[in-house]
Amino acid sequence: MNPVNNTSSDQIFSAIQEEAAKRRKANEEAPGCKIHIGMATCGIASGALETKAAFEDALSQRGIEARIHTVGCIGHCYAEPYVIIDHPESGFPPIFYPDVTAGKAKMLTKLFLEEGDPRLEHILGATEENEMIPSVMEFPRFNLEKRVVMEKCGRIDPEDIYEYIAEGGYTALVNCLRRTPAEIIEEIQNSGLRGRGGAGFSTGRKWELARQTQQKDKFVICNADEGDPGAYMDRTLLESNPHQIIEGMIICAYATGARQALVYVRAEYPLAVKIVHTAIEQAKSLGLLGKGILGTAFDLEIEIFEGSGAFVCGEETALIRSIEGYRGMPRHRPPYPVEKGLWEKPTIINNVKTLASVPPIIENGAAWYREIGTENSPGTAIFSVVGNVTHPGLVEIPMGVSLRTLIFDICGGIPNKKAFKAVQIGGPSGGCLPEKFLDTPIDFDSLTAAGAMMGSGGMVVMDEDNCLVDVSRYFLDFTQKESCGKCTFCRIGSYHLLDTLERLTKGEGRETDLDQLQQLSEDIKNGSLCGLGKTAPNPVLTSLRYFKEDYIAHAEEKRCPGLTCRALIAFYIDLDKCARGCDACVGVCPTEAIFTTSNRKKGVDQSLCVKCGECVVACPPEYDAVEKVSPPGLAPIIERPPEPLAKKIVS
Amino acid sequence: MLTLTVDGKEIQAKKGTTLLKACLDNDIYIPNLCYIDGIEETAASCRLCFVEIEGEEKPVTSCTVPVKASLKVKTDTPAVRRLQKTALRLLLSVHHVDCKNCPANKKCALQDMAKFLKVGLKPGHLQHCLKEPEIDTSHPCLDYYTNRCVLCGKCIQVCLTHNGQPEITFARRGFNTVVSFFGTAKNEKDSCDECIRCVDICPVGALVLKSSP
Repeated sequence: MNPVNNTSSDQIFSAIQEEAAKRRKANEEAPGCKIHIGMATCGIASGALETKAAFEDALSQRGIEARIHTVGCIGHCYAEPYVIIDHPESGFPPIFYPDVTAGKAKMLTKLFLEEGDPRLEHILGATEENEMIPSVMEFPRFNLEKRVVMEKCGRIDPEDIYEYIAEGGYTALVNCLRRTPAEIIEEIQNSGLRGRGGAGFSTGRKWELARQTQQKDKFVICNADEGDPGAYMDRTLLESNPHQIIEGMIICAYATGARQALVYVRAEYPLAVKIVHTAIEQAKSLGLLGKGILGTAFDLEIEIFEGSGAFVCGEETALIRSIEGYRGMPRHRPPYPVEKGLWEKPTIINNVKTLASVPPIIENGAAWYREIGTENSPGTAIFSVVGNVTHPGLVEIPMGVSLRTLIFDICGGIPNKKAFKAVQIGGPSGGCLPEKFLDTPIDFDSLTAAGAMMGSGGMVVMDEDNCLVDVSRYFLDFTQKESCGKCTFCRIGSYHLLDTLERLTKGEGRETDLDQLQQLSEDIKNGSLCGLGKTAPNPVLTSLRYFKEDYIAHAEEKRCPGLTCRALIAFYIDLDKCARGCDACVGVCPTEAIFTTSNRKKGVDQSLCVKCGECVVACPPEYDAVEKVSPPGLAPIIERPPEPLAKKIVS
Repeated sequence: MLTLTVDGKEIQAKKGTTLLKACLDNDIYIPNLCYIDGIEETAASCRLCFVEIEGEEKPVTSCTVPVKASLKVKTDTPAVRRLQKTALRLLLSVHHVDCKNCPANKKCALQDMAKFLKVGLKPGHLQHCLKEPEIDTSHPCLDYYTNRCVLCGKCIQVCLTHNGQPEITFARRGFNTVVSFFGTAKNEKDSCDECIRCVDICPVGALVLKSSP
């Protein structure tokens, strides 16, 4: 398609921009203070709806004029529900408050909004540089990040297109409409952008292949079928800034010559579905989507397709099958979807984060993007860091930052004075890396070389109390359930892997198990049909490689070094530490396994104990008398005193 | 016609055929379960027809490779055999080995491959695991033996090809995947009585007519 050489699209868009600026100004100049509340799924799950209701109640009760501004997620999960209060009259800068419960919301309304006391003991910091309160930018969790894709997340209302436009949104699209598709693809190719879905294929090349095909009907699909346990980057982007993704899709369609596009999003993300739906409608109403986009001859319709929760449908050929109404089963590639995709037409499938990277690249240029990250993996990576870290959440960092910086500097390290044991990267398809890899730079190639993979960005940090055999079992349990059942290796092979791992965690390991795990894993990797099967054994392969001692302990000594596998541990009470007459553990034991010894201390009846660990929690820290050991035989045997004696003591 | 080399022997193949078909047509046996002669799109699901091609790092499934002139192919390298043996062992680990009571006895693809690959019918180190229920009798004229089935999908494919709308489909997921009937529609009995292509194509006797043992 030829570029549109008239200036009408510019004129139409300037009018929209003016309207956006006007609305923004009106909001800024409105009297009273502003309360920004993070209302993505994560915020709502932590109680943001109650917080918002509490603010509304308290404001109307006290007759305070204030604007509650609902925004998306800022990525700081540890702080949810959070609010930012901008109260210019108080003389303070805008302040970031973490953990704002309904009660705290009422308290802040009274003390800060009404009386002007910001209650400094509750703040995280100011969101602007100032002389009174330390800025949040002084914390590594904020200042070591580099936000490209998530730049506007948590700052704008995702349900108001004008807020996105006022922040510079859709200018990349207008810029693109002035250029030829070939020029746009060249820019994307020069930027070195690689697919953020995990495989890291060059986005520019994919687009170029799609552009060159002779077929007329083409499709663009945004793959938002995020299914890794513990990963929620795509959901956050969809819920916090849907327009950046839509803008990326429009640019992609323009550059490749597609006239139809789909957002394939999981039905389990109802809020994301709703927000994207609203965003599409708003974009249409402003002429940014639909027929004759911004007065040009370029048409594009975007529809939403709700996936039904099969993990395998994140695989692009299975995704296509499921849209066509069939069972979501992958097929052999090639042909790749770019040649033969949805309804046999060329189809460009990009991940949410890939598409969301496009507008900033167009806006700032390929050279700017290349400066971020590494030579072969330019740009940023978004991780959802969860597990044993102090500040979990979504982190966007330049590629090439080391795992150590990410885990220890940005996310605050391991809590409770525990030691680092492993980090699992890339979800069920990824691998577990030990401490010696902490200085590995995070980029596509280095992680693959280490045996893990970039994946879509899930990262689980584990401390010394984790058992790697159990972690592998967990992931295999997931992939085994999510296998589509089509090919032999994945369907039956992963079942046997899980079966072996389950036996190991129960102390029923056999001598041949470790070899069998290794060989079967290699065969599944080499023999499976699709990406799910090919990567399913990765958690086993990497943990066998780096944590073999864990496996040997389970198989040979029936011992769980992480003290996690219930069948291989026992609890006992250290009689030297146990306090005479204290009954804290007895009260919480659900199976009455704890009894009183002849000298009024406590013992555990191993035959009744279900190893729930409640007694550990209940034992007062000054005694700290409950011990956990593995193998269970290490627990000293304390005889339960005969019934009459016990009765005599009580009486 | 194209000329390619398989196991050191030059063979001829028509342009557009797959490597698997070219080999089978030239009497070079490659173990396979899900391949149907005459149907263009292969399922590539049984993962047995591996070969090594010069220039490729790992074994590839020959049913997905279109023939090309000057391809150099080996069908019996250690890597190929290892994958084939594992795949067969996996299939046998969930197979009810009861050959003397099975209608497919002596014409069974699993028996043939076990003999060819020198794999015992017993699963060895792998835990033997059978599914419940053993037989699905819900169809008016067909019975489905869950633990004989290798889920090659040929029955579904031929039914789709000949009847447009298949009467059978895959159901459930992962390890629990089975072939299943779409309820018991009225016309199923008539249409299925006339066409038993699914029974004929089943390589392991998992789909049988109700009257047969």
